[in-house]
Amino acid sequence: MIEVENVSKSFGQTHALIGVDMSVPAGTVQGLLGPNGAGKTTLVRILATLLAPDSGRARISGVDVQHDPNTVRSLIGLAGQYAAVDETLTGRENLVMVGRLYRLGSQLAKTRAEESLERLGLVEAADRPVKTYSGGMRRRLDLGASLVGRPQVLILDEPTTGLDPRTRIDMWSFIRDLVREGTTVLLTTQYLEEADELADHIVVIDRGKVIASGTSDELKSRLGSDLLEVQVAPENLDRTTAELSGIGCDKPSIDTVASRITIPVCDPVPDLMAALRALDTAGIVPKDLGLRRPSLDDVFLALTGRAVGEDEPEQPPATGRRGRQPAGSHQ
Amino acid sequence: MTAASTVSPAAPASPAAEVTPVKPVKVPPSAVFVDAMIVARRNLIRIARTPQLLIFATIQPVMFVLLFRYVFGGSIKVPGTTYVDYLIPGIIVQTVVFGATSTAVGLSQDMSKGIIDRFRSLPMARSAVLAGRTIADLVRNVFVVLLMIVVGTAVGFRFHNGFLPAVAAVLVALLLGYCLSWVFALIGLSVPDPESAQLAGFLPIFPLVFASSVFTTINSMPGWLQAFAKVQPITRAANAVRALTQGGAVATNLIWTIVWSLAIISVFAPLAVRRYRKG
Repeated sequence: MIEVENVSKSFGQTHALIGVDMSVPAGTVQGLLGPNGAGKTTLVRILATLLAPDSGRARISGVDVQHDPNTVRSLIGLAGQYAAVDETLTGRENLVMVGRLYRLGSQLAKTRAEESLERLGLVEAADRPVKTYSGGMRRRLDLGASLVGRPQVLILDEPTTGLDPRTRIDMWSFIRDLVREGTTVLLTTQYLEEADELADHIVVIDRGKVIASGTSDELKSRLGSDLLEVQVAPENLDRTTAELSGIGCDKPSIDTVASRITIPVCDPVPDLMAALRALDTAGIVPKDLGLRRPSLDDVFLALTGRAVGEDEPEQPPATGRRGRQPAGSHQ
Repeated sequence: MTAASTVSPAAPASPAAEVTPVKPVKVPPSAVFVDAMIVARRNLIRIARTPQLLIFATIQPVMFVLLFRYVFGGSIKVPGTTYVDYLIPGIIVQTVVFGATSTAVGLSQDMSKGIIDRFRSLPMARSAVLAGRTIADLVRNVFVVLLMIVVGTAVGFRFHNGFLPAVAAVLVALLLGYCLSWVFALIGLSVPDPESAQLAGFLPIFPLVFASSVFTTINSMPGWLQAFAKVQPITRAANAVRALTQGGAVATNLIWTIVWSLAIISVFAPLAVRRYRKG
């Protein structure tokens, strides 16, 4: 449904995308996971016909985004972290306008707007100007606007960035409903948890390159399903590392500044107990000890050997050519 | 990257990826007008819902009327007419020209809010966003010009050349304003934020409005400036509007105003649309 072949894009000296390949089967959700500036938004803008790639090609339903952008536009819906709705218009007016620009005709545009409002729980707020909406409501309206054209492919650029946890969970359930109806979704996110919740398949992107891809389970088994963290007094760090060397399913990462050892564990509880026994036998009392779920930071550490945000290239200019603000921040 | 080697480097191709061929979607030629009207309607709703912006936008020309009518006007001598009858036609032209700069600010605001990305991702006519914006600004200019005529009349301005030429005067001023809107559309698309659009918009406008016959005759200007002032579109338009409202020879200035307007739009409209397409 979405095919990306060897796509590259540079902005001056910044290589936003370097030979990216990706294929999203119809009716599935592809998670595109990466930190800020990884190139996610650049790829989204190329697929949404907002930006031309320097080389390579991208197709939606077999239609090339560069050769026939108009057909592509009629197939896609775009929603994202920058809620692209008009603040002065009401919610309903926004959706009707978008529907008419999808060439639905005024009657159908009204019907579809009504459907979208109902589905996203915005009926009560429908006739209020968008500037009175909360950040979450704007984001929902933005998603609603991308739905009025009944797109086959929905492109969601960080749809929950900046939303509170409750609103995020609501958003997830809207997205799940759409997928159930057969929509193909490309979802970019900085959150492993979000990709985990929604995506059938995940592509991890960093510095414009695909560095890993697989199902959520595949990526997680690569990381160990959980992490065992042990923090000790600095003088005990080396000894603790040695004592715990047999535990876990991958080599530990050691933070010498915090004197913390993080070990990927595949059998969390037995590994935790083994660690406790080993420490007890050696007479080391840790300052802190526990199990936690892997975060995107851990994926990155495992895949690239560096933490997210460490030595990151500048955000490429075209991912936000203008000083945009996240939705909701200008209320 | 070595770390990626344990995980499959690319998504597996699935048989579900089979897609039925998609019919190409063409934007019909009529779409330009329909889409432009949809966008214009949206922009007019915005203007109507934020009346304070329109009020502030009209205070400035009103101040100019009062300033030149009562402060400077006494020491400006113009041949063959009272200063207020000389001034108001100039003010009408100044008003439409300043009004045209709002195209730059409005477009730039839309860019910064992300709504332009929404439009760009829709299967609509490419020029419709710009046409819709300039049409809305034209409607806005109609309102402001009528207001200036009311204010002008209140301070002593009168039409001395009959009704139809007066209508023609308004139309010719609006034509210039509309065509200039496309210059500001290009500026609005090219600057990084609305504040820059405001400043960049006034940059070309200031010398054009003040080195013209808007406020005073160009005869007192130094020769080199006179040479510029004489031929530039704002002088032509001010003189045409003056002749249409007060009487006198009108043909040359009227023709030049129309020629200038059409030349401006035929250069800048394609440039602005191209800039919009490029993103």
